[in-house]
Amino acid sequence: MLTADIWSPIRLTLELAAITTVLLLVVGTPIAWWLAQSTSRWKEIVATIVALPLVLPPTVLGFYLLIVLGPDGLGGLFGGLVGLRTFAFTFEGLVFGSVLYSMPFVVQPIRNAFEAIGERPLEVAATLRASPGDRFLSVAVPLAKPGFLTGAVLGFAHTVGEFGVILMIGGNIPGETKVLSVAIYDFVETLRWREAHILSLGMLVFSFIVILTVSMLTRRSGQRTF
Amino acid sequence: MQTSAQSIMVNLEGRLGSFMLDVAFQAPMRGITALFGPSGCGKTTILRSVAGLRHIPGAIAIGTDVWQNSRSFRPPHERPVGYVFQEPSLFPHLSVRRNLVYGRDRAAGSSGAIRFDDVVDLLGLSHLVDRDPAHLSGGERQRVSIGRALLSQPRLLLMDEPLSALDRMAKDEILPYFEALHANLSIPVLLVTHDIAEVERLADHLVVLKDGRVVHASPLNEALTDPNLPFGRSRDFAAVLAGTVTRVDPDGLAAIDVFGTEILAIGDGLDVNQTVRVRIVASDVSLARDRATQSSILNLVPARIVGIDPMGAAEANVRLSLATDGSAHFVARVSRRSVASLDLRADDRVVAQIKSVSLAATR
Repeated sequence: MLTADIWSPIRLTLELAAITTVLLLVVGTPIAWWLAQSTSRWKEIVATIVALPLVLPPTVLGFYLLIVLGPDGLGGLFGGLVGLRTFAFTFEGLVFGSVLYSMPFVVQPIRNAFEAIGERPLEVAATLRASPGDRFLSVAVPLAKPGFLTGAVLGFAHTVGEFGVILMIGGNIPGETKVLSVAIYDFVETLRWREAHILSLGMLVFSFIVILTVSMLTRRSGQRTF
Repeated sequence: MQTSAQSIMVNLEGRLGSFMLDVAFQAPMRGITALFGPSGCGKTTILRSVAGLRHIPGAIAIGTDVWQNSRSFRPPHERPVGYVFQEPSLFPHLSVRRNLVYGRDRAAGSSGAIRFDDVVDLLGLSHLVDRDPAHLSGGERQRVSIGRALLSQPRLLLMDEPLSALDRMAKDEILPYFEALHANLSIPVLLVTHDIAEVERLADHLVVLKDGRVVHASPLNEALTDPNLPFGRSRDFAAVLAGTVTRVDPDGLAAIDVFGTEILAIGDGLDVNQTVRVRIVASDVSLARDRATQSSILNLVPARIVGIDPMGAAEANVRLSLATDGSAHFVARVSRRSVASLDLRADDRVVAQIKSVSLAATR
């Protein structure tokens, strides 16, 4: 029988990934649009910052997040408003960390999709009386749909697989911050191989499906993801 | 330059990288004005500036409506233009119908003067409206994009080489629609082209550009027959004169009144009172002092010599006027020996023998 020890991390992980993906689509879309459209010389700097989690050791990102989220950082400042001493070791803290950590996986495909549209459809829309906001919603977003799908799938999957950052800022609190990857680590540490097997195999199958989905989306739209 | 209620005024001066654009011209508020010149002469840049897609310092006004001057710049979506790009650029995520109404639904205070059904009829789109743009031919797509531009209720239609991306067959298929457009709509058109055949067939007014400057701007035939412009040097150079069909004879010939002179042409499909463009190729015109009594050439028309321009060592273009007031010019390409032996001089009255007359367009 599977115990609550297994179901709780699964539920928590899906919740974290879902919330993170939604937030990333909301935050990442304007960033991707700006990166695709801007001619500013700051563009590549911003793009680099967004891409940092790709190469940064998760422990490094986690370390800085711990400082930012902690009682002496912004976490303490804003936490005070809602009666918390800190955002570290909370679910909200995990969401914040996951958004940063998975950002490049969402922003990059959407940016590529926006860039692949090119200037012309937007110019056509402009000459057909569409205002900039209207052009974005009625032309750019629908044409970049494959990029949004890819970004959402990758952002979700990458958040599900998150480990290092979570361990640094979330610790291992059951029902609050104990997500799948941490739970597997825990099961192995305590020699509960059966549970570790079940969760690991589940992750394996999940990852396979994700990559297959993304490559099918990419092929259908004829766009590169990375 | 004075703003006139009856003209389109474009006055732009600016640098684009190493390219300098310095143009000023007026185009009439009716008919098709062709912006003609070699590639890289700035014609597309002018069109993009008129649409507001590019901001080059200067002034642009349509009648009394100022779209741009030194103090203001109206963004593209607030300019009532219809822009037809070189490639049809239909929105791939929308059906043909939704492509067509995209601009109409956004046209501010759309009184709907240009109606959906009329545009669909005019451009022959009725069997296409529920299709996906991906399943249309090149010519069909371009027709849809023209319809889409028209339905946005423009005050000015801008066309950037709308035929150049099409193959010969698609071009022949779409040209009659252009002529129908020309005949049925009162919207002025700025047409960018480098194809003289398109100019002869469609343009009423010609702005000739070179290296970012206006070389010449005038009604079509004045430009074509202007000896200072290079058109006359071409082997198949032709003058294009407007005429009206006065009679279609039972033997198939039509009589066309061109500035008071009757010219005969093949009358296939012509109706009386129809306006046509008579195209007179310079090398099809020979000159005589007297009217030949027996000749297979149908059109022997009296004309007056306006000027004689040498073309190379052996030939000359003799510019002729058909009308008594000295207007309506056309050209005869003859040998310089003939000019000498007939002793042709300016102001002489001659008989122009026009071997064949083709109609560049009917409308």
